[in-house]
Amino acid sequence: MCCCPATARIPWRPALSFSSSPFVIFLHFLYKIMAVHGPLVKIHPVVLASIVDSYERRNEGASRVIGTLLGTADKHSVEVTNCFSVPHNESEDEVAVDMEFAKNMYELHKKVSPSEVIIGWYATGYDITEHSVLIHEYYSREAPNPIHMTVDTALQSNKMNIRAYVSSQMGVPGKTVGVMFTPLTIKYIYYDTERIGVDLLQRTRASPSRTNGLTTDLAQVASAAGRVQEMLSTMLSYIEDVLSGKVMADNSVGRYLMDLVNKVPKITAEDFESMLNSNINDLLMVTYLANLTQAQIALNEKLVVL
Amino acid sequence: NLPFFITCLVVLKIIKHYQEEGQGSEVVQGVLLGLVVEDRLEITNCFPFPQHTEDDVDFDEVQYQMEMMRSLRHVNIDHLHVGWYQSTYYGSFVSRALLDSQFSYQHAIEESVVLIYDPIKTAQGSLCLKAYRLTPKLMEICKEKDFSPEALKKACIGYEHMLEEVPIVIKNSHLINVLLLDLQEKSTVADKHELLNLSSSNHLEKSLQLLMDRVDGMSQEIVKYNTYCRNLTKQQQQKQQYLQRRQQENTQRQSRGEPPLPEEDINKMFKPPQAPPRMDTLLIAGQVNNYCQNIKAFTSQNLGKLFMAEALQGHSS
Repeated sequence: MCCCPATARIPWRPALSFSSSPFVIFLHFLYKIMAVHGPLVKIHPVVLASIVDSYERRNEGASRVIGTLLGTADKHSVEVTNCFSVPHNESEDEVAVDMEFAKNMYELHKKVSPSEVIIGWYATGYDITEHSVLIHEYYSREAPNPIHMTVDTALQSNKMNIRAYVSSQMGVPGKTVGVMFTPLTIKYIYYDTERIGVDLLQRTRASPSRTNGLTTDLAQVASAAGRVQEMLSTMLSYIEDVLSGKVMADNSVGRYLMDLVNKVPKITAEDFESMLNSNINDLLMVTYLANLTQAQIALNEKLVVL
Repeated sequence: NLPFFITCLVVLKIIKHYQEEGQGSEVVQGVLLGLVVEDRLEITNCFPFPQHTEDDVDFDEVQYQMEMMRSLRHVNIDHLHVGWYQSTYYGSFVSRALLDSQFSYQHAIEESVVLIYDPIKTAQGSLCLKAYRLTPKLMEICKEKDFSPEALKKACIGYEHMLEEVPIVIKNSHLINVLLLDLQEKSTVADKHELLNLSSSNHLEKSLQLLMDRVDGMSQEIVKYNTYCRNLTKQQQQKQQYLQRRQQENTQRQSRGEPPLPEEDINKMFKPPQAPPRMDTLLIAGQVNNYCQNIKAFTSQNLGKLFMAEALQGHSS
């Protein structure tokens, strides 16, 4: 990738080094136990898929990919809805980020969704390096209090660790001031349609060639019913365990179960019959009409050709 | 028809685009990027088109597209324009505009497809993403730009042979699989089971209304065609009568010894009526067919669900 003339050499500022391993371990330990002071980060799955995709397409020799996060922010939470990758060059002592590109892409994205703003940036990889501090500084010029997200695509701990941080000043005022990244809680949120899409995508994991076709209508109803059946059988086995004394009874679970049973509507048999029949009649009538219309246009087609 | 591959990123991006920018019956569109591998299409990325707003008169679509593709090329994203996607409202997408756009795409790249994303059907429980391509016969006709009845009759195009559906297969890389696994473990979003919802009247009403509109349009077209046929036959009759009269007059004049009347150009006197273009009728017929198929799929699903509910109720009472 050629170095664009618009890249800037960010001046190196002293910062606490995070590449020594005990500190990193401490940081990750902190991540698990600390109460987090900072906005809640809500991530949509499309952002993660995009990050993984840009990682897969990275230039040869680049060990990680960085990019901008777009989304909306309010007082207590930050919602990340989109992202794009930014070309950058990283070596031992300097980092070059194509800022022109980032600005350009942001303008283009703004044309489609004017409500999305830059809320931070992401990097693939496990650690936060010194270069991250510099890049973070650049992003603090673009957005107030940007968040930094790391996605571990190298799977160092056998899992794709997705973390988010916000930076804060630390150190002795007046003397060396450093930057600390405090971790934030992450929540995955989905739109309804997104969740349905992800459901389908999950099924590709099952097939060996990682492929999946989209299924037909009745088959979908059957599989949904199958899932509910599974859930019911899990519940039933739990209840039997509790009744036979194998498992301790839990009051909250019991309350949920009672809620569930009460939700089943009590309808008399005749009412249910009449409701069912009228619904079935409606559907059958519509099917008949649809078939009739199709026959009609087929006939019309034939007549015209005569 | 060979199925083509699509990655999970494209699916998620299309869903998000509609969800954020396309509420109501507005249509959102975007471009599909990918590559052709051993004459199999693989769609690997996509980007959305902004909505057309009135205050953006000087917005240049082509420039936006060029800039976007140039930028994406910098980050190694496939920049081959292999198709486009569009959202649809209850299945109404068979229109002249779609035909024209798809024709221009397919003219450039043979394997182009248009992906139709149905958000309303997806919200009912299962992802509805369909891919279509123009049939080769239709491509020929569009190239000639000749939509008269004779040309269409020669090519034997019915409304069923306009668009052919291409099966889609979702293919993910291993890393995406890891991501999906991670998401499943960590996300606490509860399943809402919209697929098992029993209410159907709202959806049926809207679908039937759209169907009625189209059928009205169809009947208008049929009336137009019938009047044209009638005019044509009437004109033929008039031509015959005129010729006969001429013949009679000529024989009379000959018997009287006068020179016969000059032959006049028949065609200039009786100009044939303009044949109505058949393309619109074909499009409407195709759209009506699409509506009917969607309605039938929907009713079959609901009938299944109702029978299930009946079985459950009978079981408990």
